[in-house]
Amino acid sequence: MAGQSIVLRNNQPVALTEIPRLSLDAFRAWTVSQVEAGKRLAVLCCFPQIHGFLLCAVLADDANGWLELAGAEAAQEFPSLTPQCVQAQLFEREIFETYGLRPVDHPWLKPVRFPCASHHPNHKIGEMDYFQVEGPEVHEVAVGPVHAGVIEPGHFRFQCHGERVFHLEISLGYQHRGVMQALLQASESQRRHLMETAAGDATAGHTTAYCNALDALAGRQAPARAHAIRGIALEFERIACHIGDLGAMAGDVGFLPTQAYCGRIRGAALNMTAAICGNRFSRGLIRPGGVAYDLDDAIIRHLLERLEAVRADAVSAIELLWITPSVLERFERTGVVSKEIAEEIGLVGPAARACGLNRDVRHDFARGIYQFQQIPIASVESGDVYGRAMVRWLELLRSMTFVREMLLALPDSKIMSEPGAMKPESIVVSLVEGWRGEICHIAVTDAQGELSGYKIIDPSFHNWFGLACALRDEAISDFPLCNKSFNLSYCGFDL
Amino acid sequence: MISPVSISSVAAALILSPLLRSIINRTKAGFAGRQGPPWLQPYYDLIKLLRKGAVYSRTTTWIFRASPVAGLTMALGALCLTPMGGENSVLHFEGDLLLFAYMLGLWRFFTILAAMDTGSSFEGMGASREAFYSALAEPALLLGLEGLALKAQSASLSGIYAALENSVSAGGHAATLIFIMLAFLIIYLTENARIPVDDPTTHLELTMIHEVMVLDHCGVDLAIIEYAGALKLWILGLLITGLFVPIQAGATWLNLGASILCLFLLAVLVGVIESVMARFKLVKIPQLLTGAFVLAALWGVWIARTQL
Repeated sequence: MAGQSIVLRNNQPVALTEIPRLSLDAFRAWTVSQVEAGKRLAVLCCFPQIHGFLLCAVLADDANGWLELAGAEAAQEFPSLTPQCVQAQLFEREIFETYGLRPVDHPWLKPVRFPCASHHPNHKIGEMDYFQVEGPEVHEVAVGPVHAGVIEPGHFRFQCHGERVFHLEISLGYQHRGVMQALLQASESQRRHLMETAAGDATAGHTTAYCNALDALAGRQAPARAHAIRGIALEFERIACHIGDLGAMAGDVGFLPTQAYCGRIRGAALNMTAAICGNRFSRGLIRPGGVAYDLDDAIIRHLLERLEAVRADAVSAIELLWITPSVLERFERTGVVSKEIAEEIGLVGPAARACGLNRDVRHDFARGIYQFQQIPIASVESGDVYGRAMVRWLELLRSMTFVREMLLALPDSKIMSEPGAMKPESIVVSLVEGWRGEICHIAVTDAQGELSGYKIIDPSFHNWFGLACALRDEAISDFPLCNKSFNLSYCGFDL
Repeated sequence: MISPVSISSVAAALILSPLLRSIINRTKAGFAGRQGPPWLQPYYDLIKLLRKGAVYSRTTTWIFRASPVAGLTMALGALCLTPMGGENSVLHFEGDLLLFAYMLGLWRFFTILAAMDTGSSFEGMGASREAFYSALAEPALLLGLEGLALKAQSASLSGIYAALENSVSAGGHAATLIFIMLAFLIIYLTENARIPVDDPTTHLELTMIHEVMVLDHCGVDLAIIEYAGALKLWILGLLITGLFVPIQAGATWLNLGASILCLFLLAVLVGVIESVMARFKLVKIPQLLTGAFVLAALWGVWIARTQL
């Protein structure tokens, strides 16, 4: 398929002119055929040009570790990929909502976020059409957007038959902040804060993706020590969040000991990040060109001690899950997503690895420290809540080993590289494995080398639909457990 | 003639029943490595709720407001029928065990009606779950009580538990009582919405059974519901502890004290159960309740064989 696309590595900038401009039909045919051939639609987005729009599709070839980028110019509409490629459905709805570029023949152009742009003129916050099931004894249950727990807003609409769920529809977008628009008007130091809060619990993930993208465009390479510290922050984030999730899943099945202890252990894990930069969610740590805080011997010793304590506590609290029959009974065969479905809808992160898909950016598209120090991919085949819990547990153990090795052999170098000007009229795709999965950032520069386009895809954007699939034919009372086993971000989706 | 001990046992229930919750919570806190709430927290909660006003949804009718009072009335009625410490209850007559069982039934009926009265889909789901599970728990309770009645040759709760005492101290079939105790324990956990059947601490409406039915109640109404719930822990607890406290303490007052102590131990047991296991899947609960029914039935058959 020469000439139809350009092959890129993760964080490899290319000039915008090098992107092949296909005709809209060829673009559609190429994307659909590539997805059918087993590649994954990482991004489908569009960037406004002087005349019309540039549609971009980035396909991830996980097996070979490269990305394929193709483009097409569109004026007002383009043929929808969704009928042949499910992975495109949400991207196309987003494109339509943001730019009014209509995907022709898209089955249902529902709003993605509130408040919607003028392209959905009649929609108010929270008002939208739902897929409905009719029949005797079929009932509808609406949950949210205001929830009983301290969680973010989202609306869940269940079509039920007794306790059984026929269909779940998830409607998000209640806290749309316009992050991607704000980014383009912000100064570099303001952008950093926007990145840190793109999804507050994945700060290290999003800031690393952002900084990697900017570094690549500026042709600067963060020093080895900075890459190592970024890796440590990413893994600390993963450790803390996975511990918190496992505790919360135990809480949802009413299993007290793991729930009670994980809450505290998560705090201890977050405090390790705070020991590096003073903030428990690594805000202010990762900067373009490197990191802002170095680790001295005292901190390293402290972190190694804390890490061992966290590991011992986590093992004693979490291994209870795997030896308690009543817990296993709740986890196993609950909320199953088959490997075929997971592949078709393009799941990422632990949710995908729980279905037997060996996808991990740290392995497939390794950048920074992960090029030198590999973490084995943790995957199981079952696709159920147990699978998602087990993947988290295995990842957490492996992350702890990784961080320990990093701390013991931290490369000796500066932590910040010299600044450089960004390449004009270039595009870069930056992938990072956040704790929820693949975080993808795309940065585009204009003729002056300033950012002119920026696209963020949080792993939640891919995975919310997976949660809806997991609930098919499941008991409605198991929804909270399934939801927690995915634990997706609302604000990372809403942006 | 109502004895002072019977009056005291009712008074003890009215005053001490909220403490059972406290014991359960403190036990759980111990397992979780926490200190737990103050011992008197359930009382503080009740006082707080009593001082609050109430908000009523416009969807609701008088049924919603009547339900808490009706529930408390049934609780007090059932309490008067329950013997404690081997002493006759305040009210007792032949056949009062049926009245007892159906007072619990009527109580539940009002709770379910009030839940449906709110028109909320959550409460409707809770109501349907409660109706389903109690339809399975009630026969097990009745069958267990009738087996006991057969053994004691008395259809009054007071008669049953007095006879038990005599038979056990005479070295009777104490070991076989384990069947009925297990059956009653399952019913106890179900009726009081405890783990593994229900989770009283969850905030997740979709998983709740009992809690979701009282979500719309507040203020005094909620205080009444909470207090009646504490009484339920006490009353049904007496059915279990009565089975294994027939050890004669020698004096009626001591027997009363021993009964209260056993109730506290039962609360500890509930706390331990809640700390070491997860909740069942909702679809598995009927199996558990069927288990209770089978245990009660087995025991009834065994008694019938030895008696007839």
